[in-house]
Amino acid sequence: MRVIEAKNKSFDVLNDEIYQSGDELKIVECLGQRFIASGSRGKRIVISGVPGNALGAYLAGSEIIVEGNAQDAVGDTMNDGLIVIHGNVGDAVGYAMRGGIILVQGNAGYRVGIHMKEYKEKKPAIVIGGRVGSFLGEYQAGGLIVALGLHKDDKETLGAFPCAGMHGGKLFVRGGLGTVSFPEQTTVKIANPEDLAEIRPLIAKFCETFGYDFAKIIDEPFTLVTPNVANPYKQMYVAN
Amino acid sequence: MSVQYLSSEFDVVRNLERCVSCNLCVRECANGVHRIDERSRKLVVDESKCVDCQRCVAMCPTRALKIVKNENSFKENANWSADLISEIVKQSNTGAVLLSSMGAPKPTPVYWDRILINASQVTNPSIDPLREPMETRVFLGKKPEQIRRASDGSLDVSMEPQLVLETPVMFSAMSYGSISYNAHESLARAAQELGVFYNTGEGGLHEDFYRYGANTIVQVASGRFGVHEDYLNAGAAIEIKMGQGAKPGVGGHLPGAKIVGDVSRTRMIPEGVDAISPAPHHDVYSIEDLRQLVYSLKEATRRTKPIIVKVAAVHNIAAIASGVARSGADIIAIDGFRGGTGAAPTRIRDNVGIPVELALAAVDERLRAEGIRNNVSLVVGGSIRNAADVVKAIALGADACYIATAALIALGCRLCRSCQTGRCNWGIATQRPELVQRLDPNVGARRLVNLLSAWRHEIKELMGGMGINSIETLRGNRLMLRGIGMTEKELDILGIKHAGE
Ligand code: SF4
Ligand code: SF4
Repeated sequence: MRVIEAKNKSFDVLNDEIYQSGDELKIVECLGQRFIASGSRGKRIVISGVPGNALGAYLAGSEIIVEGNAQDAVGDTMNDGLIVIHGNVGDAVGYAMRGGIILVQGNAGYRVGIHMKEYKEKKPAIVIGGRVGSFLGEYQAGGLIVALGLHKDDKETLGAFPCAGMHGGKLFVRGGLGTVSFPEQTTVKIANPEDLAEIRPLIAKFCETFGYDFAKIIDEPFTLVTPNVANPYKQMYVAN
Repeated sequence: MSVQYLSSEFDVVRNLERCVSCNLCVRECANGVHRIDERSRKLVVDESKCVDCQRCVAMCPTRALKIVKNENSFKENANWSADLISEIVKQSNTGAVLLSSMGAPKPTPVYWDRILINASQVTNPSIDPLREPMETRVFLGKKPEQIRRASDGSLDVSMEPQLVLETPVMFSAMSYGSISYNAHESLARAAQELGVFYNTGEGGLHEDFYRYGANTIVQVASGRFGVHEDYLNAGAAIEIKMGQGAKPGVGGHLPGAKIVGDVSRTRMIPEGVDAISPAPHHDVYSIEDLRQLVYSLKEATRRTKPIIVKVAAVHNIAAIASGVARSGADIIAIDGFRGGTGAAPTRIRDNVGIPVELALAAVDERLRAEGIRNNVSLVVGGSIRNAADVVKAIALGADACYIATAALIALGCRLCRSCQTGRCNWGIATQRPELVQRLDPNVGARRLVNLLSAWRHEIKELMGGMGINSIETLRGNRLMLRGIGMTEKELDILGIKHAGE
């Protein structure tokens, strides 16, 4: 495995080294460099330190493991691959994501999974271990978002205004919902075993990655939020 | 009997002496205007459905048809035009927002028509483009500010990535979905033959068209439809769509009914689900955020492609463009108030934004004043209607122009402004196979090549008349322009003198 020293390197220099390295590499002393592995495929990259914004943007199949926190826009428009964060992430995780998996052990900031989509076998998934900030899943058009609400310091799992404009995909929230309210165009219910079957492998992967007890996590009730219309704006217009 | 609050807009006039009852019009009109009556077996019309697309007129073998404005009229007055009255009726019928297509039709000033071009007389000879070489090639992208040398003293000739255009005109963004496969193929092939570029719009790139990549600009909009690493690398440049002239501040919305088959696959969303592009990119709230998006795209494509940022012409466009020029973008595309659209809320289309002429002059001026004009190239569109508009735009400071409506007219569009219905009889703004096949990409590409070849020649003639033999010399050469019938303020903003001065 090649080790790349990130210290004092600008993002373009660092990225050039990443693209020119083999498939297995480790980046050490990472300190805020943006766009790491943007658009990359076929690599396994372990990062120690804190990568900057837009980590793994347009990711096309690589695996990125961060041994700590990450910043904003992780996996922006990600298409395939896996991003694992052993810590917290900033805002806009998985913006317009259309494939692959993002696993976050800790909490996530605002606007998680906005505009997530799916098409046939391409079905993206985001699992957040802790709490999720406001504006979760706005305009969600596909894919799975799972908020586990582990280690939430007595706070609510979700922030304000989740699922605005949701017209596809699913949101699963583990445990109590507290005071949060969902928009009219969504249906909120307790997930039944068939519903949960869809996320079991995902949660198993989460537990295996971060060392949690699967049975403990899946035993709590989950809430499932889905859109109740595919064409939210259909009746709004008249031809002129 | 129900009340018919609105009378039809057009009358269908059939010259019965010429009509041979071939019934071609019945097959040609997807709006169901012409019909054979079951009982009488006679041709009848329902003119209330006619949008005046002129398809049946163009196809009628005996030229028996004419579409005319319905002479029946509301009692209009200077305040309440027929359009306004019908809009009120439509809204009180439905409670819905008015949705229109194509560019703003209102009589807002068209400054191109108030600008006149100079020509040489006596002292500075004009140039005959038929005899002498004329350069219409332009390079779009960042230009170096100064001569750079390597440590051994040799010239550093490395350049930021550029787009090379043989004529300073490109086809602007129209998504696959809003227009048809055959329309896209016509544009792609014409762009290749002409040595210019067409633009995918925000609907992704059909796999068949990757081979035109060298002449393709791929777009990234707020919905990020069809955006993935292969797509980003397929084109010659990437355009970030921040705004559109026809609907500044408003997103796009392709109804689920149009998300079928290939369109669904290319956008990578399921059939029948609405494709919603919100007004803002929800990860771009500042110039710094824009910079992040620009650089993430550069990194994803290994810094090999120029990044275009497209913005709508709005009130503070000069300040906005100054910010964009500092975001790392290589090219700024400014889309004017009169630009076309597949669908936009009528009120937005007709009331929001400013004419591109004023926006362009203001932006070019501002970027020069700040010493950052060479950081970016400027492309303007919305609406450029002919070669004279192109020449005026370049003299006002543009590097190149974008056209879309003009290109569609070349393909057959007759500006019936009903693209949003999905029943375009010319096979352009539709996904219905029987309509799409009416547009033959061979014919379409040839017509587009004809159009731009004619423009290129006209551009050369206009330049030659001014004694200018290279488009580079024309750029920002406002002394070549004069205003006619404009106020001091308008002249001041455009940075030109009045005719006679
Ligand atoms: S809609 Fe077009 S094709 Fe149909 S009658 Fe009118 S002009 Fe003819
Ligand atoms: S593209 Fe078709 S529907 Fe749209 S204005 Fe032109 S002719 Fe009419």
